[in-house]
Parts: sequence; structure tokens; C-alpha cells
Amino acid sequence: MQTVIQVKNVSKNYRSHHVLQNIDLTVNKNEIYGLLGPSGAGKTTLVKMIAGIETPTTGSISVLDSDMPKLNTMTQIGFMAQSDALYGELSGKENLEFFSSIYGLKGQKQKERIDQASDLVNLTNFLQKPVNQYSGGMKRRLSLAAALLHDPKILILDEPTVGIDPVLRQSIWDELYKLSKSGTTILVTTHVMDEAEKCNQLGMLRDGKLIASGSPRELKDNTSSTSIEEAFLYYGGVHHAN
Amino acid sequence: MRIKALVIRIIRQFVRDKRTLAMMFIAPLLILTLVNLVFSSNDYEPKIGVVSDQQMVVDKLKLSDKAFIVYQKRSEAHQDLSEEKLDAVLEVELPSTTITLEGSNPTANKASIMMIEKTLKTMPDQDTEKIKLNPEIHYLHGSADMETFDYIGPFLIGFFIFFFVFLISGVSFLRERTTGTLERLLATPMRRWEMVVGYVLGFGIFTILQSAIIVSFAIYVLDIMMAGSLWLVILITLMLAITALTLGTLLSAFATNELQMIQFIPLVVVPQVFFSGLFTIETMADWLQPLSYIMPLTYGGEAIRDIMIQGDGWGDIYGNVLVLLGFSLLFMILNVLALKKHRRL
Ligand SMILES: Nc1ncnc2c1ncn2[C@@H]1O[C@H](COP(=O)(O)OP(=O)(O)O)[C@@H](O)[C@H]1O
Ligand SMILES: [Mg+2]
Repeated sequence: MQTVIQVKNVSKNYRSHHVLQNIDLTVNKNEIYGLLGPSGAGKTTLVKMIAGIETPTTGSISVLDSDMPKLNTMTQIGFMAQSDALYGELSGKENLEFFSSIYGLKGQKQKERIDQASDLVNLTNFLQKPVNQYSGGMKRRLSLAAALLHDPKILILDEPTVGIDPVLRQSIWDELYKLSKSGTTILVTTHVMDEAEKCNQLGMLRDGKLIASGSPRELKDNTSSTSIEEAFLYYGGVHHAN
Repeated sequence: MRIKALVIRIIRQFVRDKRTLAMMFIAPLLILTLVNLVFSSNDYEPKIGVVSDQQMVVDKLKLSDKAFIVYQKRSEAHQDLSEEKLDAVLEVELPSTTITLEGSNPTANKASIMMIEKTLKTMPDQDTEKIKLNPEIHYLHGSADMETFDYIGPFLIGFFIFFFVFLISGVSFLRERTTGTLERLLATPMRRWEMVVGYVLGFGIFTILQSAIIVSFAIYVLDIMMAGSLWLVILITLMLAITALTLGTLLSAFATNELQMIQFIPLVVVPQVFFSGLFTIETMADWLQPLSYIMPLTYGGEAIRDIMIQGDGWGDIYGNVLVLLGFSLLFMILNVLALKKHRRL
């Protein structure tokens, strides 16, 4: 199996505040890797370092066999931030045009990609509307579309389904499966336990430490739990006992 | 390509934001018009008393304009001046030439001085050589601070452009950070310098328009004195705008919200007013004077004034253009470095 993301012994401090400690994780090609953890666990910090925006205090991160941060590798990554980073004055289409041209898409190809991406997130009929008239869920979907535009090899999604209704959430997950089958590697963060079940591989993050990792099945079996939530509590509890 | 994408985006955003557009294009025009009305000097006909022992000069002055009234006695002229029957007294008693202004009405002061200068200029040189040397100007009331729109207009043009461009560009760059779009951009392969250049070009297009509109308005509508080239004035205001633009985007890195950006105005923009040329730098406290060298508005204001009032050409002002260009480049480089705080690459 081909390793796409390799995080080695990474720690991150903001001044004296230890946000992440000695994180090791590996994401393989075609995998949907879920980072599960409560708010403040350090999920966003970790994915930002993988995306090349932040740099680790110690340790190293390599993506597609090159050390991050590297601008060339960043062209292969689609990033969806936790907060919707969109231009409110512009229409949905204009936002997508902007982000796609940053990746060098133009003309017919650009149009096709925008159509595909907006279709995927069910926004085709709202593309002409200014984004500041979008609902929270629509903005989330537009952010997702913006991350998909340049057909990246790696998708990093920070809490992508917050504020999206269950039906659409399911259809987005269906799309993520399709993307993963067609060769995209996906790293997704979530604080919703039941959503974690949908991932192939899971990393459980708590207080800046990776307390467990493996497939949802393994994590449940190893702890004789019936749900991911139980497993998380188990690992968290073990951690506390130490 | 990435820069082009950024430029197109900025233009689109800007066009949507009607209020900011108005602030950039219309607000300076309104204020200039207001100042012009306040200091209106339209068609003021000055009365100037002439006292001289040079009969030649007296005759010429009397012939050239009915503004000049010849007095035999110095005391009589000054009596009329203090009773406001005259706006100025011109005394030519070689080797000294003195102009005494009534002084309380800036419009009359300016009109009198312009009239005297204009008339002396039209005289053959041998007559006026000695007069042109150093005419001393005295004020019966008031002081040289009181001037007309012709005099303050050039600085105001420079200042307003600086002020509005600084504020608007600073706030938009700040907003890029507070809305998270900066971070989103930093997740793309866009380079830091490409962002800075993109911003300068995107806003630059609007500042070209702004400079052209404000300068043309001042000249053709407000009828401000314009001795030099319109294009040079536009060039200087544009350079000043680019300096304000790069400074605004740079300083926005040190603000966390719009209010903090506005707090930079008394700190960064207002002090520049004192060095723009509106007030004489030479009369300031010694320790204060060197400050003028680090203020962009010193170079912009001076150049605009010299072009508009003295008719300076490219040869006289290219130094100022280079300095402003240097400021802009410096601010851009610092901005590229400041962005390092957000992404190392
Ligand atoms: N720029 C920063 N400066 C200081 N502390 C930060 C910064 N970014 C995040 N943190 C801290 O790091 C911790 C983890 O934050 P984050 O990665 O956003 O967690 P999560 O995404 O899991 O909710 C939090 O305690 C947060 O306060
Ligand atoms: Mg987060």
C-alpha cells in the first residue's frame, strides 16, 4: 500500500501551550482517514500542518514523499477550512472561478470543473447568488466544492458536514466514497462520533495526543465496545488512568 | 495567472461594494468642493496701494491694472490699509521691496500677491530685476498661514488620496485575514509575493481612476490654479496612492479588527498632514524636522504643490517620484515578510 501522508513524531506549541504532542500517523492511498476528537483536541492544528499552512514545532510531515510545507505539493491538496473562507460580495460562481484560476484552470476545463463540483454539492441553481445570501449549510457546500475544483490527489476536510442536513450529508459521504475509489486520498476531521464510523481508518485525538488509531471495526473490537463513542471513552479513560 | 485571478476578484468585490466605491471616488470630491467654497477666491479684485521713489515703476503699475492706486506718502497708504480701504501696500524703495498685506482675508492676501507677481512678471527685466529680488511680505493682521484654496488645494488632493486609499486597502486586506480567506489562500500554492502584487495591481486600477477623477475635478470644476502638467499631477497622486496602498496593507497585519485599523489614522496618517507642505517645515522645531524625511506625504505634497503652483516639470519632481516608488517597494517587501507569520513559505 502506498503511503500518502506520513506524520512523524510531530509536536506543536504556541508559546508554552502544547497543542499537539508526539503525533505519529500514516494515511495510505485511497483511504478515508478520520480524525476524531472533541473541540480543542488539536484537529485543526494538525490538518493545517499537513496542508502546509502551519509548521510543526518538532517532528516532520511528508506528503506524497516530499517534506511539508512545499508549494508544489500543495497543488495536489484540496483544503476545506473549518470556517467558510469565502468572499461574501461575490456570487458562488465567482468564488469558484477565483479558486479554480489560482490552480491554473481556465476556459472550458474550468467551466466543466465548476459545473461538476457545484453539481456534487447541489448548488447548481444557486451559483448566481451572492454568497452573503447563502445559508450556513450552503456556504459549507460551496467551500467543499472549492476544495474539489482542481481534482486534487489529497482532500483535507476540516469538519465538512457541520450544519448540513442528514440527507445531503449522506450524499456527500457517497461522493467521498466515489472519490476515494477513483484514487483520491481523504483526510477528514469530525467531532461527531457516528460520522467516524464512515471512515476506513480512524485516529482518536484528545488533548493533543493521539490516543488510538485503527479501523472503526478494530477500535470497537479491541475495546469490546458497541459504538465508537464507547471506544473513545475507553481509550480516553485508559489514558487518564496513566 | 494567480495574480490575474486575484486582480479580477478584487475588481469584482470592489464593484459590488458601492459604499466603498463612493468613499473612494466621491467623498474626496465633496470635501474638496467644500473646502473650495469655504476658501473661495473667485474674481476677487484687490486694491493695492503703491508707494515708490521709482517713477518708472509707478507709471508702469498704474497703466497695467486698475488695482494699483498710487500714494505719495507712505503714511497715507498705511492709514488706508488699516481702515481696510486697501488690501495691500507695495513699497518699492530700492534696494528694498516690501509688500504689506491687510491680512485678515486670506482670499484678498492671495489675490493681492498674485496680482503683484503677475504684474511684475510682465514688466521688462531691467525695471524689475531689483524688485523681484526678495520682496518682503508683511502682514498687518493674520499671518502667512492664511492662504486660499489655490495654495492648500494641492496638499488636500494628496492628503485625501492618501487617507482614503490607506483606509480602504488596509481594511480589505485585514478582512481577508479575519474572514479566514487569507488562510484559505495560503493553503493554495499562491506565493506570498503574488498575493501582495495582486493586491497592489487590483487596487492600483481603482487608484488610477481615483487620481484622474480627483485631479481633473479640482482643475476643471473647482478651477484650482494649475501651472504645470495635468499628467504629472496624476502621476504623483498615483504614486502617493500606491504608497498609501502598500502601507495600508502592511499595517493591517498589525491590526486585529477594523477599529484597530482606524486607530492607525491618528498615528500614521494625521502626522503626515503636518509634513505635507500645508505647514512650513522650516519653521518647525529642529528635532521635528528630520521626521519629514520619512513621511511619504512630504514628497507627494511637495511635488504636487510645485507642479500646480510653480509649474515644475519632470526634471524637478522625478526625485520625489523615485522616493515614493522606493517607499512602495519597501512596504511591499515588508508585507511579504509580514505574511511569513501566517505561512513560512
Ligand atoms: N494560533 C494559535 N495560537 C494559540 N493557540 C492556538 C492557536 N491555534 C489553536 N490554538 C489552541 O490549540 C488548541 C487546539 O485547537 P484546534 O486545533 O483548533 O482544535 P480542534 O480543531 O480540535 O477544535 C486549542 O486549545 C486552541 O486554543
Ligand atoms: Mg477545529
